Amino acid sequence: MLPELGQIALILALLLAVIQAVVPLVGAQLNREPLMRLARPAAYGQFAFLVFAYAILTEGFITQDFSIAYVAQNSNLALPMHYRFSAVWGAHEGSLLLWVLILSAWTVALAALSKALPLNFVARALGTLGVISIGFLSFTAFTSNPFERHVPALSDGNDLNPLLQDFGLIVHPPMLYMGYVGFAVAFAFAIAALLDGRVDKQWVRWSRPWTNVAWGFLTVGIGLGSWWAYYELGWGGWWFWDPVENASFMPWLVGAALIHSQAVTEKRGTFGAWTLLLAISAFSLSLLGTFLVRSGVLTSVHAFASDPARGSFILAFLVIVTGGALVLYAIRAPKLVGGPPVGLYSRESLLLANNILLTVACAMVLIGTLYPLVADALGWGKVSVGPPYFGLMFFVLMAPLVWLIPLGALTRWQGDSLASVWIWLRSAAALAAVVAALAWITQRELPLKAVLGIAAGAWIVFGTFVFLRRRWKTAAPGQRLTAEMLGMSLAHIGVGMFVIGVVVTESLNVERDVRMAPGDTVEVAGYQVRFVKAHHEEGPNFIADEGVFEISKSGVVLSEQHPQKRQYLRGQVMTEAAIDAGFFADFYIAMGEPLDGGKAWAVRLYYKPMIRWVWLGALLMMFGAFVAATERRLRQTVREEARLPANSAAVAS
Amino acid sequence: MNPIRRRRLMLVGLLLLGIGSATALALTALSDNVNHFYSPSDVLAGKAPQERNFRLGGVVLEGSSMRDGATLLAKFTVTDRFKNLPVQYEGILPDLFKEGQSVIATGKLGADGVFVASEVLAKHDENYMPAEVAEAIAKGKEQADRSTRNQ
Repeated sequence: MLPELGQIALILALLLAVIQAVVPLVGAQLNREPLMRLARPAAYGQFAFLVFAYAILTEGFITQDFSIAYVAQNSNLALPMHYRFSAVWGAHEGSLLLWVLILSAWTVALAALSKALPLNFVARALGTLGVISIGFLSFTAFTSNPFERHVPALSDGNDLNPLLQDFGLIVHPPMLYMGYVGFAVAFAFAIAALLDGRVDKQWVRWSRPWTNVAWGFLTVGIGLGSWWAYYELGWGGWWFWDPVENASFMPWLVGAALIHSQAVTEKRGTFGAWTLLLAISAFSLSLLGTFLVRSGVLTSVHAFASDPARGSFILAFLVIVTGGALVLYAIRAPKLVGGPPVGLYSRESLLLANNILLTVACAMVLIGTLYPLVADALGWGKVSVGPPYFGLMFFVLMAPLVWLIPLGALTRWQGDSLASVWIWLRSAAALAAVVAALAWITQRELPLKAVLGIAAGAWIVFGTFVFLRRRWKTAAPGQRLTAEMLGMSLAHIGVGMFVIGVVVTESLNVERDVRMAPGDTVEVAGYQVRFVKAHHEEGPNFIADEGVFEISKSGVVLSEQHPQKRQYLRGQVMTEAAIDAGFFADFYIAMGEPLDGGKAWAVRLYYKPMIRWVWLGALLMMFGAFVAATERRLRQTVREEARLPANSAAVAS
Repeated sequence: MNPIRRRRLMLVGLLLLGIGSATALALTALSDNVNHFYSPSDVLAGKAPQERNFRLGGVVLEGSSMRDGATLLAKFTVTDRFKNLPVQYEGILPDLFKEGQSVIATGKLGADGVFVASEVLAKHDENYMPAEVAEAIAKGKEQADRSTRNQ
């Protein structure tokens, strides 16, 4: 009975989404207050029904109701309790339900936190979110119903994909979806501004905190995915330029550009049309990512079983949403007035360079990701684009960007001279050179590219400290450091750490696949790894061959590692790598396959220096985005401007 | 021309130059790194390149997988159920690698007709066949049907 209630709740949520979309949008057009006021209750009601539906599906997993086809496919009696919660989003139907639930949560947050905004603007934004919700709810209800019954009920289920029975994958999808869906808010604000005809910098101020939070979640979501791929896929890499990874990376790049262009538009009034376009693009790329992952049009190491009919639904929806938004943009954006003229060297031009490099990088990733689809459609045969393409394009485009980062924060709006900025940055440049020289002296095998990369990373970190020091010296006490500046500094230091981590791990890592029998010792990067023995282990829903390895250096045993090769009850084989993680280096051991009928093993021994810095950098970027979103100025001006709606855009800057 | 116009013109010029060189670079990088996909039937028909990397897809033939005792050399045969191609790979095979399951291998064709793989991928989901492999098998069937009809 419960699953049917869940299905009814989904349909009621869909009906409320229709109300939330149609009534406020019509109301705003006719300027009827009662109609516009309906947006909030419709959003709250929709959220309540979705929470209910989600709870019922979770209940199905907890009580192991194998009469629900989705539960039967993705869990079984042996599945540990904590994975029953995460199994809800372990496959297509449930993760779509999570998608719409998160969209609804963002909508509710916007409805509750937008009391100070003009009603017709809120009505339009919530209405736009309603339209998106209609698309995804009908997609869920009509093509991917998670509550479908399996008749007769099964006595035991299949299993949750073992790759997903892991902490990283419990948190990765919700974070990623928070990011993807969060860009819907910035999108809705842009559409509301366009419909309103008030495409000035005001909407940007309102949307800035939302963009930052969404981007922060997307950052941590991608970071978790990369971390998971590193330790769970057993290949020891952190990024593969796989279509599914690219799908999440494209909105991230445009989101990063959007954060910077919103800052320019909000403070200076320039880049207005460009910011609107980026807001539309960020969410469109999120939809494109969903399409690429869910439709199975691209062959990816990550792609799960998928259904082309579902793909065409998302594609049609993508065309409607993006196409509609772009038409609206084409009609309304030309009315925009530009900001004051700017000097050739100014913060505006530096941020313009940032935006160009980030969006071109995104375009390059897009070309590489979609090229196989285009080639297939044009009959050029089945092709794939190799990682060297992405590596090269990315290096070419990001190398100038990282050098520009410290300049941006220290350069004045409208016009400045490079000489006056350089006076401040000299010390950072000197320190960065010292760090790079030290790195080269201690690690002679570092290639020039890596030394330059370390210098660039250190330059960003020290340059950011210079910015903080200058604020401390020149600004009045109490105004020295706003949340916005602190957030920016944290995120930029994160970029610096990330750059250093990437170049060091890419150039100094040692990867050895070897054949080892118990008792063998192999030397890797100056460490001795001894294969002590192998024995059998039993888990709740798997059996495993476990290896015992000792890592030592000059006779001193540093740690003992226990990698496993697991065989799940359903038959899937999984590698559980053992990682001796450290701030400066990881030691990574994975069991390959038994050789000689089990007398020996193929073993992966990897030494990964500074790989943690890649994810620590991503974490700092996330924190930076969240801290910047708490900026009081953005909230205060919202209230002030609500009180004086006319001409307010001209006042504050 | 007033200074604002001149600056705009310069900006547009720079932008076009940037876009042009970026596109040129992207196209060269693309053409160097595109790997075409072939089935064993395609390879044996001589369609696959000799000196270049390409991707080979199909099913691992039952009973064909062999491991060398002393090294990490693996040998197996990839089939589209009509033609077979021997493959060798040195290293650790993915967990989902199994006889009778789909694989996609990237590598070069050796002079002796053995495909030397530098990377072997098996799918996450064992019930799922990559679109390329499914199509290759369908195509192989078509070719085989045609040749039986011609005989």
